[in-house]
Amino acid sequence: MYEAIEADAVLHHAVRACAVIEVSGLSKRFGTVEAVRDVSLRAADGRITGLLGPNGAGKSTTLRILYTVIRPDTGDAFIDGTSVVRSPLEARRNIGVLPHSAGVYQHLTARENILYYGALHGLSRRERESRADELIELLEMKDFATRRAKKLSQGQKMKTALARALIHRPRNVLLDEPTNGLDVMAVRNLRALLLSLREQGHCVLFSSHVMQEVAALCDDIVVIAHGNVVASGSPDALRERVGQSNLEEAFVQLIGTAEGLE
Amino acid sequence: MHAARAAIFTVFLKEVRESLRDRRTLWSALGFGAIFSPLLFAAILSFTIKRNDPQNDAPVVLAVSHSERAPNLVGHLVEYGITVVPVTYEDATARAAVRDHRQPLLLMIPDNYATKFAAGEPAPLQLYSDSSDPTADRDVRRTKSVLAGYGAVITQLRLLARGVDPTTVAPIAVHDVDVSTPASRSVVALGTVSVFIFMSLFMGGMYLAIDATAGERERGSLESLLTVPVRREHLIYGKILAACAFMTLSLVTSVTALSIVLRRVGLEGLGMSVNFGPMTALLIVLCCLPLVPFCASIMTIIAAYTRSYREAQTYLGLVTIVPILPMMFASMMGLRATAGLMAIPSLSQHFLITSLLRDEAVPPMFVCLSAGVSLGLGVVLAAIAGRLYHREALLG
Repeated sequence: MYEAIEADAVLHHAVRACAVIEVSGLSKRFGTVEAVRDVSLRAADGRITGLLGPNGAGKSTTLRILYTVIRPDTGDAFIDGTSVVRSPLEARRNIGVLPHSAGVYQHLTARENILYYGALHGLSRRERESRADELIELLEMKDFATRRAKKLSQGQKMKTALARALIHRPRNVLLDEPTNGLDVMAVRNLRALLLSLREQGHCVLFSSHVMQEVAALCDDIVVIAHGNVVASGSPDALRERVGQSNLEEAFVQLIGTAEGLE
Repeated sequence: MHAARAAIFTVFLKEVRESLRDRRTLWSALGFGAIFSPLLFAAILSFTIKRNDPQNDAPVVLAVSHSERAPNLVGHLVEYGITVVPVTYEDATARAAVRDHRQPLLLMIPDNYATKFAAGEPAPLQLYSDSSDPTADRDVRRTKSVLAGYGAVITQLRLLARGVDPTTVAPIAVHDVDVSTPASRSVVALGTVSVFIFMSLFMGGMYLAIDATAGERERGSLESLLTVPVRREHLIYGKILAACAFMTLSLVTSVTALSIVLRRVGLEGLGMSVNFGPMTALLIVLCCLPLVPFCASIMTIIAAYTRSYREAQTYLGLVTIVPILPMMFASMMGLRATAGLMAIPSLSQHFLITSLLRDEAVPPMFVCLSAGVSLGLGVVLAAIAGRLYHREALLG
């Protein structure tokens, strides 16, 4: 059903370097629960890839394996050709991550939060300060950059977390349900940012259970249900595959139920 | 190696900076050691001193009803420092007066006292007191002993009058021989010094240790942190070091404060001599330092297994008692320092602190054992904490 990945398994390294995020045959169990089962997918640079599925489908688990917080039972994933299982430290250098709960340090200012990550990524003082200022400019954080994080609004905290994830100029950006809990303006800002990341040639992979969001933003969509990849491709290709002109109907048909989707 | 050191230092600096800005952390590190523990200690000490104080010699006030019936007895009471207040009560009114605390202590001389006394029969006396009133206890004992003294004098006089040697009725004579020295009498108070030092030590690092795992998780910052290209054990080492820094700060403040309090309170009043000058304080800090990484790692490990900040707080609150247990056990069993016991963290430091305060010589081997074992175990525990940071269950 997923021929592309079969072919990927034999791709040699040079080709793999272009296919920025590559996942093959991931499985992960938590006790008796099989969170993901043989998940394979691919996210290319210069594109936004959406991981769509109902709550509990295995989106977060897949992303967590990708950003090396948990290890898969079987399978592997490659970030710019680097295995997350064998060289997680190396893989982390090339990813910027906005996890599901992207908390910031309450007693540090927004700027200090960002700089801390720059230091952890091994950037020199000058490097991380100029990069932080750049991000503060880009994300329009000037008004609150020197304010303690505990006094920031939800949207401002999210921007801080995002800036912190981008401090080391990662080629790949992973976001887990980034629009959760944001107001309309913040969501608009986030979308604009993801689009500009795409323009700059980054590989953007984000998960969502909101169909409209995925449909509006993504170049490629990977549909996950019950720990399995049930379909993937461009929005047009997905519509075509199930013979539905409406993308929403197409998703419901692919997943088998509308439960857990918005 | 350089990158590892840089990463550990980065984490350390950030934790210290954040903790310095957090009132709760700062309060538990400095407030407990600098204010709460010396205050409590001073309270305990002054309570102990009050109980043994010479103010105990304050005169006993004794109300005597119908004192005119026994002038010699009353004269004897006055001679032995009892302030006699002449009153006039009957049995029922006497009971009521003592019960209502109008009279703390009342001696009733019945009307048949003089006739019985003259007849050489036991002459009745009634002493009214309230045994549920703890302050009356001392006065009752004093009064009874003075009365017994009067009885003894009368006995001797009567025996002499009958031509009998008074020593006939004193077949044995017991003498108290107290071999305790001022320093050894202070053992209990000194044990308390160790308790307060250890508690301050724990409190100083508690919130930082919780923050390393349960705190980061609850704030939702843990996952992000684990995506930076730094080995997880290095993250936790930085955090443990920051906890150590605050524990050291807390240790120094509490030892300084205790030293000031102890010298102010003046243990000489207790018949104790304690050596707690600046030099001793410094040595106490030095011999407690090896305990710091040990305690910091233990707290971090426990916090790693808890599910929330609150849970961690509860467990760590209980853990604070753990270093005190071996001390309590040792003092109950009357254990003295041996090489084997010096291998037990917290107990060995307790022995060292006590010896320093009592100005006793400590074998250098004991110091090395105490420091070596505590430090060694601290390193092992820190490594275990580092491994725990690899657990996926950590993410919750």
